[in-house]
This record gives sequence, structure tokens and C-alpha cells, in this order.
Amino acid sequence: MSEQSDRSPHPIPLPQAGEGEAVSPAGDALKKIRIATCSLAGCFGCHMSFLDIDERLFGLIELVEFDRSPLTDIKRCGPCDVGIVEGGVCNAENVHVLKEFRKNCKVLVAIGACAINGGVPAMRNNIDLWDCFQEVYCYEGGLECGQIPNDPELPLPFDKVHPISEVVKVDYFLPGCPPSGDAIWKFLTDLLNGREPKLDYEQLHFD
Amino acid sequence: MKQFEFPEISRILTPILARHGGDASRLLQVLLEVQDVCHFIPSEAIDLIAAHFGVPRVNVEGVVGFYSFLSTRPVGEYRLLFSGNITDQMLGKDELMQYLCNKLWVEPGKVSEDGLVSIGSTSCTGMCDQGPAALINGWPLTKLDHNRLDLIAELIRSRKPVADWPAMLFEVVDNIHRGDVLLGQPFEPGAAIRATLARGAKETLVEVDKSNLRGRGGAGFKTASKWSLCHAAIAEEDGGVICDVGGHPERFIVCNADEGEPGTFKDRVLLNSYADLVFEGMTVGARVVGASKGFLYLRGEYRYLLQQLEAVLKRRREAGLLGETILGQADFSFDIEIHLGAGAYICGEESALIESLEGKRGRPRNRPPFPVTSGYKGRPTVVDNVETFACAAKIAEKGAAWFAAIGTAQSTGTKLISVSGDVARPGIYEYPFGVTVSQILDDCGAEGRPYAVQVSGPSGTTISWKEFDRKIAFEDLPTAGALMVFRRKRDLFQVAQNFADFFAHESCGFCTPCRVGTELQKKIMSKIASGYGTASDLEELKRLGHILKTMSHCGLGSSAANPVLDILEKFPDMVESKLKAFAFKPAFDLDGALATARTITGRDDDWAHL
Amino acid sequence: MSKTITIDELAVPFKEGQTIMDAALAAGVYIPHLCHNPEFKPHGSCKLCTVNVNGRNVASCTLPAVEGQQVLSDIEELNADRLALTQMLFVEGNHLCPACEKTGNCQLQAVAYYLGMMSPHYNHFYPQREADASHHDVMLDRNRCIYCELCVRASREVDGKNVFGLSGRGIKTLLVVNSASGLLGDTDLAVTDKAVQVCPTGAILIKRHGYAVPIGQRVFDHITIKDVQTGGGDE
Ligand SMILES: Cc1cc2nc3c(=O)[nH]c(=O)nc-3n(C[C@H](O)[C@H](O)[C@H](O)COP(=O)(O)O)c2cc1C
Ligand code: SF4
Ligand code: SF4
Ligand code: SF4
Ligand code: FES
Ligand code: FES
Repeated sequence: MSEQSDRSPHPIPLPQAGEGEAVSPAGDALKKIRIATCSLAGCFGCHMSFLDIDERLFGLIELVEFDRSPLTDIKRCGPCDVGIVEGGVCNAENVHVLKEFRKNCKVLVAIGACAINGGVPAMRNNIDLWDCFQEVYCYEGGLECGQIPNDPELPLPFDKVHPISEVVKVDYFLPGCPPSGDAIWKFLTDLLNGREPKLDYEQLHFD
Repeated sequence: MKQFEFPEISRILTPILARHGGDASRLLQVLLEVQDVCHFIPSEAIDLIAAHFGVPRVNVEGVVGFYSFLSTRPVGEYRLLFSGNITDQMLGKDELMQYLCNKLWVEPGKVSEDGLVSIGSTSCTGMCDQGPAALINGWPLTKLDHNRLDLIAELIRSRKPVADWPAMLFEVVDNIHRGDVLLGQPFEPGAAIRATLARGAKETLVEVDKSNLRGRGGAGFKTASKWSLCHAAIAEEDGGVICDVGGHPERFIVCNADEGEPGTFKDRVLLNSYADLVFEGMTVGARVVGASKGFLYLRGEYRYLLQQLEAVLKRRREAGLLGETILGQADFSFDIEIHLGAGAYICGEESALIESLEGKRGRPRNRPPFPVTSGYKGRPTVVDNVETFACAAKIAEKGAAWFAAIGTAQSTGTKLISVSGDVARPGIYEYPFGVTVSQILDDCGAEGRPYAVQVSGPSGTTISWKEFDRKIAFEDLPTAGALMVFRRKRDLFQVAQNFADFFAHESCGFCTPCRVGTELQKKIMSKIASGYGTASDLEELKRLGHILKTMSHCGLGSSAANPVLDILEKFPDMVESKLKAFAFKPAFDLDGALATARTITGRDDDWAHL
Repeated sequence: MSKTITIDELAVPFKEGQTIMDAALAAGVYIPHLCHNPEFKPHGSCKLCTVNVNGRNVASCTLPAVEGQQVLSDIEELNADRLALTQMLFVEGNHLCPACEKTGNCQLQAVAYYLGMMSPHYNHFYPQREADASHHDVMLDRNRCIYCELCVRASREVDGKNVFGLSGRGIKTLLVVNSASGLLGDTDLAVTDKAVQVCPTGAILIKRHGYAVPIGQRVFDHITIKDVQTGGGDE
């Protein structure tokens, strides 16, 4: 948000949701704002929190429509107004999805601690990748398959987990693990109303 | 690698500790000797040294960790450190280092498996006029080339002690190409002290004041003001009288011979061939401020000068120019002790230098209080540059009017310039202040058409060919003495990158803006150099520059962005040509970051690449 | 008559020997700070407390107050720079707040909230740093150390022990402890030591106390660090 504005000026103006409250039923059904969401190296906690905006969700649905999202089961992201990405980048597949989002979304939002600084998955950054693999696949208590899989179907992991802003340009950050429903609501209504999103003190937290 | 058993460590340490006595200010000196013998500081040695000085172990460990030339892990019987200044780099340092590594089967920065040798880089060793240079176990090697490295590899493989290596490898020459009042005129030891005693201390201070002598170490503070503040200071009694002599609060004179600014080597020459002049200036200063003890803080890289400097001190003591009752003056005693640094540029900053003199980590102090009121061991202390003391001796001998007639009104006297880089005759040039850069370039035979000149080292100013009419003077281009010349076609981005690396390596780590900011700056420069730079990286560099300049604790941090900001401002093309893309680029090499996993899984399919 | 300085147009009285920070805190004026703790001698390393005095930037926690100083503190430029410093502290270490027991009670985090930090902005260093669980009662996690040296000062000045110290240099600066093994368990640190209480972050934690306070009742859940440290906002 404000501190990021030097780095990522608002790229393309969003369609405005009209004056007054963002989620007034008066929203123009023809110009619905298209949103895509995805979860990379995250826990779906942020998506769960998204649902926590409760009955306000119904108002929101009047205004927005969902493209690719765990909420819709659409598998590929088409042109969208807003992309919301949960989770950091931990493997090659994450990069493909993230780049697809960046390409298709006018505004890209990193949601949650994992997308913003790697979060809990980044705890593995202190551990050598060799040791990780051995622990998981080769030692007792792990999967005990005794062998490290080399199946091309499996996404190949990076040495470290990275925030998404280190792979693509990110326009907005919404911290929290996960951000509360209120924080998401405030953020989205600001954004949809063309305001610089700003959280209240109690909505801004890193945990 | 030799293993050290505890009784052996104790046997090694006992004579060293006995020689240095029990004052904790000798800690760093002891550690240097232990490093010399053992090629690292064993953990047991840390315990013994801590017990000997009565300081916590954690403090000793902190000191070992701070200085580049000390280590807690073995660095090999032979540790060869190439000087990493840009001038060495331009003379082929990188290739030479790789050549030697290949010959000796070691990786840069690692110790060979048999523990025999390690090869790495260190900050500028002050031999830019005779590079590429290096240090072998602390001793300077100059003019390195493939032939010399062949010989050196042979000497190392045959385990010949460094003391028995051919002298020609260690030859350091003065390279004085232009002398003036300091370098070009004879000086008779004792002349300045005699004049001072005849004139009186107060009157000598007046002379120094009238001469308008300003410090030669970079900041250009008026020397007489510093001396009179120190003289006037009444040391705060904090924890009792520490080292007072004869009932007077003790004061100290410190000569700053840390000369760490890359490209600067004039103090090396003064100490090699004009030591009497420097010591005499310190003695004059002692008389003026009322000090009976002085220190020469000699950078570790110049330890090869230690023995001959001790000999000069001895000779001066015998001649009655140092020690008790100097020249028969009953109330005048003064002596000088030499302390070695151990590879830390920050120790040239006067308050960090004082910390280091006290045997601590070289961390700049909070100011106020300033050293002139609370310096070494809390006592009023004058810290001046080597050249400043040399000037002071001349002023004491010949008077203020004579000195003030040289140079410009605001910058009196002469300045020693250390010239290196793309010139035919690198070396030392002494000019009256006010000389233009183009004059110097003509005199030293700058090759082709010079493109840019770095004045006063990385912390100074980069000037372009459009500015060569500017003058060396406090009112125009102040300098601590370095002048590095870059001809057309030189990659100035690489120059700025070398300097950014230097600052990140030398940041003391005390304050956030410099500790993290210099590292961020280094990373961004490296990102741009490897072709991943974008326009937003340039904005980030400017923003970092602002934070370094305005938030840092000391001069290192506040000047650490100078070379980067200068090149962005004066040579934008040089930087922009490095930007392969103006769009966003990932912060790291995506495909490279998959390499480990490819090795582990043995995969090389399309999905295993980015 | 008492002497005064001016901080952001407010006249603030001070006594001889006080720093700008002392005077500000006494008057209930908040200047962001991390390495400063009024119980200890000023240190001056984090630089968050940087203010502009008569046109020059200085650390307010170390600079003595002098009659007539014009101090600018709560201004946009300085707050932006403080935010940048805070972000630097985040990326140079490994701050995974969701997995940190200090979360909600952490001063680094609270300063970040106060300054409106939405992301760490800089690329992460992800350094390799050691955690040390060898002590029976105290956990040391270097990943969260910001080198404020409060533990160093507390151990030396209050506990008389010298358990902590800094080693290394520059970005390789490292918190070390006073034992040959390098382990906290081999030092004479006691859980009751002042050094254990002063860490502003989650680098030093008392074991078996984790997450004792429920979310919503933690120090900074509802009250900003400004109000906590100046005693305001608790009506
Ligand atoms: C990072 C840093 C490095 C410095 N290195 C040196 C040095 O190597 N030699 C020196 O004389 N002054 C150096 N200085 C300047 C000293 O702090 C101090 O100003 C100087 O020794 C005063 O002497 P002068 O008044 O004779 O110039 C350095 C300053 C900084 C901030
Ligand atoms: S500016 Fe750099 S060198 Fe100076 S105190 Fe800060 S960290 Fe140390
Ligand atoms: S120390 Fe503070 S900022 Fe760091 S991880 Fe813990 S709660 Fe977060
Ligand atoms: S452990 Fe805590 S108190 Fe000690 S230096 Fe680190 S952050 Fe400061
Ligand atoms: S997935 Fe939401 S914070 Fe980690
Ligand atoms: S609070 Fe002043 S520098 Fe840290």
C-alpha cells in the first residue's frame, strides 16, 4: 500500500463500483469485477478467511465474479481485474501459476504471510534441501519409500521458499496469517472503490 | 593441519602474554601474535587470554570475530590474500587469483584439504602503485604476475617459511614522483622540537593556528582547534583516575596510520621514509596539549614497517627526542607505542580507532563526547592523520607564515596525492593545494584520454572528464589523498560495484542502515551486473543512498552510497546499458534455484527447468 | 526556569543530562525506538529514533538535549525512512511471526504496525542462523535478533554476568554467548536474569511460557506501541 506505491503504481484503473458503499446492490451487473484467486505454498487459511467475511460475501457476489479460484474450480486464469495469491513460491509449478496470474490480472495482490515473506513454509529455508529430501523420503518416520522420487509429474522444489514479490511484480500486500475477514473486507472495499487500501490498526497484523 | 593440544597452547601463549603484560588494551596485539603462530585462534587460547586479562571470554571472541586477519578456524599455514581494490582488479587480480588457485588445487576462500594453504581477497592493501598486490601471512607481495605466482606456488608447496622467501617478492618502493615541502626538503630530527621548546607550547599552538593547518585524514578539521580543545579538556572522572601521570589528568596523542581508504598509500611512504618527521610532529603535539603518551595506530597491512619504525623510535629515544626529559627539558616526557590493526577499515574512524586501541571491537562511539574530551580510556585524546603530524612538525620548525604562503587561503600547505589506475607513472605526488586534476593527470602520464577520476577513494567523489579543471582543495575537491584514474572504455559500473562490495565488507555492523543498507546495495549492484537489473532497481539504489546518507551512525555508512549515486548521476548510460530489461525481473535465478533439486532427483525434464 | 526544546512544534522541557529521547518520553511524546530502553544507557544502533535537529539527522536516544533545539520527528519523510529501517530488520533476519511465540508482544512487530508496514519490501536474505535450545529455561533464536544489545547490556550492567556479546562484523554480525561450547546452557544465565527479560523481539524466550496470553489480550493487540511506551491511550 502506501509504502509500496513507489514501487508499484496502480497499473490500470479498476472499473469503479460506483459511488457510496462498494457493495450496494445497485452495482452494475454487466460490469462485474472479475477476480481470480489461487493458493501456492500456503495452507488455504487465507481462502478460509475470505469466506469469513460471512454474509457480506453475498453483497460482494453482486459486484464481482470469480475466475480461476478454489472457490470455482476453474483451472486456468483468464483476463481478470484482480488476482489474489495466497502462499509463497516453493517449486517450479508455483512459478507457472504465478506468471499466469501476473499476465492476466490487472492488479495482483499478495495475501497472507506466506505470499508476503514465505511464512511458515519458509521455515525450511534454514534446512539444506538434501537433508529435507532425506528426512522425508529416506529416514524412518518419513514416508519411508527409501527413494527420492524423480517423477516429472511432481513439481520440482526450489532451494528456498520465496515471497511472490521476488518472482513477479506485486501491486498490493495484505498481511496476516491469515488476515481476518474484516481486514479482507476492508481491503477489498477500499480497492473496489478506487481508494488506496488502508487497514485499521487492529486489522494489520502479521500473525 | 597441525592440531594444537592444550598444554602446547599454554606453552605458546605464556611468553606472549608475559611480554604484553596485563593491560587489556594489549588484547588485539596478543591475538595477532597467536594467529601468527597457530594460523587461527584456538578456543582454548580464547579462554587463557580472557583469564589473563580478566575480561569475559565473550569479549575476546567478539574481538576475534571482528577483524579480518583473525579467525576462529584454521586458515592454513599459508594464507594468501589478494588485494581487492579496483586498481588490482584492473591489473588482472581475478585471473591471477584463479591461476594460483588452480596451481595449488584450492578453491578461493577455502582452505586446502591438507590445511596447507588458503587463498582469498582482502580490502585494498595500499600497494595500488605496484599492484597487483597480496598479503602472504600478513606480508605484502607486490607486482604479481604469472612468473611470480609460479614461484610462490613452488615455495608454498615446498613449505618454505615465508621469512626465507626471496626478498624481491616483498620489495615495496616509494615511487615519489613529485616532492615539495614535506617530501622534497631535508629535515633534521629534533629541529621541530627544539623550535617548539624555544618558542613555548602556547606560542607553538598559536603558530599552528595561524598556519591554518587542516587535518589531512579527510574531514579537514582545523588542527589547532582540536589541539586546544584537548588541552583545555578536563577529563571527566568516571570510575577514578586511570592513567594519570604526575598528578595531571593524562592526555593522549594518537597518529592515525590506518590508511584504509582504497587507493591511498601516501602514509605508507611517509612512514617508510619520513618517520622522523611524523614522530616529531606527534612530539610537538604532545608538548602543546600536555600529553606524555602517544600511539601510532598502524594498519595491519603495514606491519612490514613495524620493525623499522620501532628502530626509529629507539634511535629517537637514544637521541633524547623521546622518553623522559626530552632534550633535557625536565617537565617534558613523551613516548610512543605502536599498535597494529588487524584488517578493519572502520578502525580509521577516530572513535573506532580508539576502541581498537583499547583492545576492543572497532565500533564507532556515540558522540558527544568527542575524543578531544573523552578519548582513549576516557581521557582527552587528539587523533590526527600521519600527514597532519608531518605538516605540524614543519610548521613548528619553520613557522606559520612560511606554511600559510603555500596553497590557497582556505587550504594552506601541500597535499600528498596517491595516484594509481590508468597512468604511466603511479605513485606519490606532492602539490600545493589548489592544483587542478588535469595538472596531476598530465604529470602522471594518464593513459589515453582519462574518462573519470575517483578522488579520495570510494568514500570520496567520482568526477567525470568534464570536471578535470576542478582543484584539489577543501573548498572544491577535498581529499584524503587517493586519486584513481580510469581511462575511456573502463567499465565504471564495475568500479562502483567494487566500491559497493568494499563498503558491505567493511561495515562494522553496528547500525541498521549501514549493516543492512550496504548489503542491499551490494546485492542490487550484483543483480544489475548479472543482467537482471530493471529501472526500479535504480530507484531502489537512490532510495538506499538517501537512507545510508541520512540515517547512518558514522562516516562509513554515510558515504557508502557515494560511488553508486555518483555514477547514476554522472554516467547514467554506463548503468542503463546494463539494464537488459525495463520490466520486472525476479530477484533470484529461477532456474538456478532448481539445480539442487535436479541433482537430488536426477531429473532433467522440461518441468525441471524454468 | 526549566529549559526546553521544541519537538514538532511542541515545547518540551528537559533537565540537564537528558537526551532528546528522555525529554520526549517524559513529556509523552513518542519517537519510534527499538534499541533504547530507559532503564539502560543509550546505545544508538537501530536508528529508528532518528530525528532532524536544526537541519541535521541524529539519533534522539543518544543526543543530549540542548536549549532551543528545533526537533522534527513525526514527519512523513522520517517515518518513511523509519519504515525502511524496520523493513531492513525484517529481511536481514528470519521473522516468521506466525511461528514465533513473541508475536503480539513483540516490539519489532509493533513498530512495524505503527509505521504501517504492509510488506518487507526488500528481498529476503534468509540467513542461516543458529537457534540454541541448550538452556533448561531459556530459548535463544538468533533468527530474530536485531543486535540491539539490550541483553548484552542487561547481563553486564544488571546481572553482572556478561552472558551475551556480539561477534562478527557487518551483515555477518552474530550474537555469541559466554561459553567455550558456544551454548547458552553452558553459561551461568538464570531465567530470573534481567538479560532474559529485555529482548524486544522473540530472540530470547522463556521456555514453557509460549502463547500464554490469548490472542486479543496481548500487549499490542489493541494498543499501539506509541501508546504503550508513552502511557497514553489506555483509557
Ligand atoms: C570510515 C572512516 C575511515 C577513516 N579512515 C581514516 C584513515 O585511514 N586515516 C585517517 O587519517 N583518517 C581516517 N578517517 C578520518 C578520521 O576519523 C579522523 O577524522 C582523522 O583521523 C582526523 O585526523 P586529521 O584531523 O589529521 O585529518 C576515517 C573516517 C571514517 C569515517
Ligand atoms: S555507519 Fe556502518 S560502519 Fe558506521 S557505525 Fe554504522 S554500521 Fe558501523
Ligand atoms: S521476533 Fe517479532 S517480528 Fe520477529 S518473528 Fe517474532 S513476532 Fe515476528
Ligand atoms: S537477543 Fe534480543 S536483546 Fe539480545 S541483541 Fe538480539 S534482539 Fe537484542
Ligand atoms: S497461507 Fe495464508 S498466511 Fe500462510
Ligand atoms: S532507539 Fe535510538 S538508535 Fe535505537
